[in-house]
Amino acid sequence: MNAVRRHPFAALAGALLLLFLVLNAIVIVPETSQAIVVRFGKPERILNRFNANWRVGSPGAGLAYRLPFADSVVWIDKRVQSVEMERQQVLSTDQRRLEVSAFARYRIVDPLRMYVGARSPDRVSQALQPILVSEVRNELGKRSFASLLSPEREGVMENVRAGLDRVARQYGAQVVDVRIKKTDLPDGTPLDSAFERMRTARLQEARSIRAQGSKQAQIIQAEAEAEAARIYAGSFGKDPGFYDFYRAMQSYRSTFIGDAGGKKSAPTTIILSPQNEYLRQFEGRGGGK
Amino acid sequence: MNLMPGWAALGRALFNDNKGPWGSRPPGGDKGAGGSGGEEPPSVPPSGGHGSGPWGGSPQRRSTGPGLGGVPLEELLRRRLGRLGGGGGGGPFPTTDRSIFAWAALAVVLLWLLVTSVHSIDPQERGVVTRFGRYDHTLGPGIGLTLPFPIDRVRKVDVGQIRNVDLGSANSDNLMLTGDQNILDIAYTVRWTVRDPELFLFEMKSPEETVREVAESAMRAVISNVSLNDAMGERRGQIEGSVVEEMQHILDRYHSGVLIQGVAIKQADPPGQVIDAFKQVTAAQQDAQSYVNQATGYAQQLTAKAQGEATAFDKVYEQYRLSPDVTRRRMYYETMEQVLANTDKTIVEAPGITPYLPLPEVRKSSPAAQEPQQ
Repeated sequence: MNAVRRHPFAALAGALLLLFLVLNAIVIVPETSQAIVVRFGKPERILNRFNANWRVGSPGAGLAYRLPFADSVVWIDKRVQSVEMERQQVLSTDQRRLEVSAFARYRIVDPLRMYVGARSPDRVSQALQPILVSEVRNELGKRSFASLLSPEREGVMENVRAGLDRVARQYGAQVVDVRIKKTDLPDGTPLDSAFERMRTARLQEARSIRAQGSKQAQIIQAEAEAEAARIYAGSFGKDPGFYDFYRAMQSYRSTFIGDAGGKKSAPTTIILSPQNEYLRQFEGRGGGK
Repeated sequence: MNLMPGWAALGRALFNDNKGPWGSRPPGGDKGAGGSGGEEPPSVPPSGGHGSGPWGGSPQRRSTGPGLGGVPLEELLRRRLGRLGGGGGGGPFPTTDRSIFAWAALAVVLLWLLVTSVHSIDPQERGVVTRFGRYDHTLGPGIGLTLPFPIDRVRKVDVGQIRNVDLGSANSDNLMLTGDQNILDIAYTVRWTVRDPELFLFEMKSPEETVREVAESAMRAVISNVSLNDAMGERRGQIEGSVVEEMQHILDRYHSGVLIQGVAIKQADPPGQVIDAFKQVTAAQQDAQSYVNQATGYAQQLTAKAQGEATAFDKVYEQYRLSPDVTRRRMYYETMEQVLANTDKTIVEAPGITPYLPLPEVRKSSPAAQEPQQ
């Protein structure tokens, strides 16, 4: 202790050096990273390797040690990452085009293999991208247009995922999921003809709605006429003879005078024969004859 | 680690009579190079796993030293050295200058301990505690105590806040193909919350973007299995439900810690290019309705007229049945009276003679008539 008092600066320097060494000997591994400890260029140990049973709080994270100056640490993301596939044209078996964009989610599960195979995580996604594109195109190109629209149904996407996964394993990655993000008709003829088809379908629908409407209207009218006829028959049928007389009287009125609506009939000149029933009394023939 | 209890005791002892000379926060306390000691904006994990080490920068190169977090360590060291050599009299260092300096340093250390080990968690927040980078536990609402900063670190995640993702908008087309190969223009919003803060922080590289992409994909998948009319009509609610289910399923597979609260379709219309044709359908429906309405009106008129006439006849007939002959005569004469009163009459006396009726006569008597009525 006296030594310390006598050489405070030396002591301080020593303490600082010690601290520096300690800090260089410990590695703090966060949850989100895996790490490879590389000793003079040779991978020595893997820290916090992904393990499906330890989602969080895995024993691999936390404090670890390394040899100062001899070991360097290569960090590798442990989280789920994404590879995008920009819009690509796919040709279906029935020769129709579709523009598809997709993404794959992957995770590096074997840091060492990744380190040997790709050297850096960025290279992994660069390597996966063209394969994603070709897998999607190949797999979808075997399908008819109708099943392209919902590729989830027949396990198409699972095939794509498995195919991509096979390749990804070489880089120490595991493909969690591949999904189609968008399916669009290409601009130009395919899109325009689809619009045209929609249009004509609608116009046809409009026509048929109108036709249905007039059909219904006709049926309603006919039913009403039938109903009216039934009412007339039910009432007038009680005494056809009297109906004939009654209706004739009504008819004369409306023909020669005008109807109930106040419309005057055209002026008429009537020539009566003396034999006319109306002039019976006038002629003095009397009721008895 | 074995220093901890000693430090804590030291902190407690000094905390009683020293509220910290600067009042608020120490300069080195929570804005250290390695991120924060708990005053961090919630919900966004720092991008890139490398920078999340408490020492900041890249953990591979430590030559820069411990940063600000190291200052108190040095001070402590120096203080201990001083105390070891000191006669136990007036403070660690003999001169007042030095003792003030030491006390100030001690205050900084204590304040920093306090700030980085006491965390107040709001009711809608959770504090995810990592010990040397490894997940340790999650703090619930209230005051949470942890070990101080370089050892424990707390990230606050807002689990109450409902986050929105908008896809498609009113002014841009977001076209999707339906199951019957029609095209739909759709805009919708996804509402989601964080269910498991630790998974949310540690499992996904870009959670927000993932939610967005999964939403797009799930909506596309659901729409491609329904017809255009279903998507535009009453089955919207059903579609929303399916998308929620599908999204939750996918995100759970990613262990994202995200809970989908709901999907709301704001708009599902035919694309602008064909909207006219759809309006035609609406017009046709209205036309058809008006045809039916007209027919119904006419039908009512017809039956009303029939009922009216039949009733009138029935009434007259009842009277007629009482005395048929007289009624018949009466009706006949009344009618003839009315008819003949309103017409020109010519009675031809001599039988067998056909009278010559000059047309002008007729015309003159009826200026309104355009044609001879014969």
